[in-house]
Amino acid sequence: MSANEGALKHHFEDIEQQRGAERLGMWMFLATEVLFFGGVFLAYTVYRIWYPKEWAAASGQLNVLVAGINTVLLLTSSLTITFAIRAAQLGNRKALMNLLAITGILGAGFMCFKAYEYNQDYEEGLVPFCKNFGKELVHDPDDHSKALSTFNDQWEKKGIAPQRIRLFMTFYFIMTGIHGLHIIIGIGAIFYLWYRAYMGWITADRYVGVEVTSLYWHLVDAIWLFLMPLLYLAGPHHGLHF
Amino acid sequence: MSTATKHEAHASNEHPAHSAHVSYLKDGWSIWSWLFTVDHKRIGIMYLVMLTIFFGVGGALAGLVRTNLLSPTGLIMDNDTYNKTFTAHGVVMLFLFLIPSIPGVMGNFFVPIMIGAKDMAFPKLNIASWYVWMVGASFAVFALLTGGIDTGWTLYPPYSSRSSHSNVVPGVFGVFITGFSGIMTGLNIIVTMHRMRAPGMTWGRLPLFCWAMYATSLIQLLATPVLAIALTLLMVETGSNALGMPIGIFDPALDGDPLLFQHLFWFYSHPAVYIMILPAMGMVSELLTCFSRKNIFGYTAVAWSSVGIAIVGFLVWAHHMFVAGISYYAALLFSLLSMFVAVPSAIKIFNWTATLYRGAISFQAPMIFALGFLVLFTVGGLTGIPLATLGSDLHLHDTYFVVAHFHFVMVGGMVLGYLGALHYWWPKMFGVMYSDFWSRIGAIMICVGYVTTFTPQFWLGYHGMPRRYPNYPAEFQYLNVLSTAGYSIQAAAFLLIHTYLIASFFTGKKAGPNPWGATGLEWVAESPPITHNFEATPKVVCGPYEYSLNMTQTGEKADVR
Repeated sequence: MSANEGALKHHFEDIEQQRGAERLGMWMFLATEVLFFGGVFLAYTVYRIWYPKEWAAASGQLNVLVAGINTVLLLTSSLTITFAIRAAQLGNRKALMNLLAITGILGAGFMCFKAYEYNQDYEEGLVPFCKNFGKELVHDPDDHSKALSTFNDQWEKKGIAPQRIRLFMTFYFIMTGIHGLHIIIGIGAIFYLWYRAYMGWITADRYVGVEVTSLYWHLVDAIWLFLMPLLYLAGPHHGLHF
Repeated sequence: MSTATKHEAHASNEHPAHSAHVSYLKDGWSIWSWLFTVDHKRIGIMYLVMLTIFFGVGGALAGLVRTNLLSPTGLIMDNDTYNKTFTAHGVVMLFLFLIPSIPGVMGNFFVPIMIGAKDMAFPKLNIASWYVWMVGASFAVFALLTGGIDTGWTLYPPYSSRSSHSNVVPGVFGVFITGFSGIMTGLNIIVTMHRMRAPGMTWGRLPLFCWAMYATSLIQLLATPVLAIALTLLMVETGSNALGMPIGIFDPALDGDPLLFQHLFWFYSHPAVYIMILPAMGMVSELLTCFSRKNIFGYTAVAWSSVGIAIVGFLVWAHHMFVAGISYYAALLFSLLSMFVAVPSAIKIFNWTATLYRGAISFQAPMIFALGFLVLFTVGGLTGIPLATLGSDLHLHDTYFVVAHFHFVMVGGMVLGYLGALHYWWPKMFGVMYSDFWSRIGAIMICVGYVTTFTPQFWLGYHGMPRRYPNYPAEFQYLNVLSTAGYSIQAAAFLLIHTYLIASFFTGKKAGPNPWGATGLEWVAESPPITHNFEATPKVVCGPYEYSLNMTQTGEKADVR
């Protein structure tokens, strides 16, 4: 009797069939995710081609430093969850728990920075659903008198249509919002894995749960690698600062 | 790998003490044994119950629409109510009946049995899909009951987002959620077919219903997410209008693009037509071989044409937008691509006809449904050609010609396939036979009713009656009355069908494992099947339609009558 007996669910013939099913299931799910994000990428691209000036202006207002830090956090977390698979396969419970915890904390760090950024957007009057949109007094980098003015005034001076900025910011919030939701779900899954590892339920023959979760995590990471340049690097920035 | 091979030796003596010999219907009697089941067969039955209810609702709404159209000025309701009624009919029939129907009921129930598996690959995901679907359906029904939606099921902005003061957001949210249910079912079926096939069940020996379900599931997986994102954007836009901070993602007044929504919407909703029709096509392949006692003609061609339809189906969406303002060259390309759908469809029709040729045909109810499908689907398919042709589409677009065309395909095609499947597998699902005489009468009435309802609409549309209008010129009245009369025949037929099917529980004689003398793996299992489907994992020795050898897929004699 191998340890596989316990890991095998009743309706599978053998453990490799079960692992194959779980892997394929996750890959299929990832395919739906690609199409899901593909739709909003398409919509984004249409308007970026139509309204390049507004896209550049709005993108330049986003906080590219925070986005850069977040990119580093997510890429590192992809590395640690890959090591976690190895730890699970070797039955190294201690290392598995540590690596899962680091991955989850990196993901949570990403969300904290994201929340900071959303708050900053609100304070600068960049949230298209809020009444203060374009009305907050902010610094205009092109105006050398250092006087504060509203975004609405700045856009009017540069001949930029505010409803197109709103369109960009809507896409920004929808895309990062849906992505953030995926990160939160991923953090939940990773901490559930951590709990299972803590209880000693993830034995070497049950590593596949870690593997499929990592597949999901890599996809969420990869989507960010598209979101980051599309949203933050579509226009010139004036220096890096928090 | 060595542990895996070692493990195979243990696989056969699992669960020795399990109640393996009880039929799935008798394995637990409490309501919880149904609500918390992970048995794919019980989940299929749960879908069947809910789908029957929604089909009744959708059918009743169609009745209201047809009754109103009896008079040129609208017989029973004002124009606003009429808009809400046909929208409700469309939403209920499409999202709560047609799309989940065969995948939910027959896909869940029969795909694992037909490939010789004990269950779906992900049983918990399977029951979750039913609950998710129920949550989505609740939102949609809530939206329709508390004020309704007046946009038509296509939900085009900017009307739906800016001008319509109806329940767009909860209704759209409901549809959004039901989409996830479809993705779950599709994913489950694909993984099950890849990983759970019994020994000897090669891809070349899969029943054609399974091939069709595979193609359907591919569409569900790849198209539904695009609808989900389109509906998300629509909800954001509608919500922003409600909040008084309008954002024009699709609103041209705010620099948005209404055509973008139509592209995203039809990128799902055109392939969704194939989600509806492909399972019915798979079903017809099963029925025609069984009731003409012949091997299927051109197995490989029929199997791959399902996949072909799924692929081509992704490339034709813009033929819904010929008059919406897409470029001339785009229209030309999509017109050409739409014609290509005819190729795999015709491959199927010709192979089915060749299957019938010199067969020993018996006209039992499932066969009448299958033959009805053949005729009605061919009419529906052929009338699609003038709609895919740019010149004639200018004339026919948004008229009753379109309504008649897609009802011939979806209702004449899909619903007949569904009813055929239900009648064919009823003895397998419940272990009882329904009345042979009344079922034949019911099947004939359905076919007659469909033809009477929808044929006049070709004339109406050709002569210019637009769809979705409550009023029409007086000279169109006799055709509208004829159409409504056809509806009455259908309604009577559905009542009859439900009556004798329900009566079969009480008076029907017991069906053996193989009442039709069919050859598929599902007929080797008991009627109704035991919880784990088979006493032991079956060994498949031949293809699914060995009627010439009178042999089931496990090599036993098929027809012992």
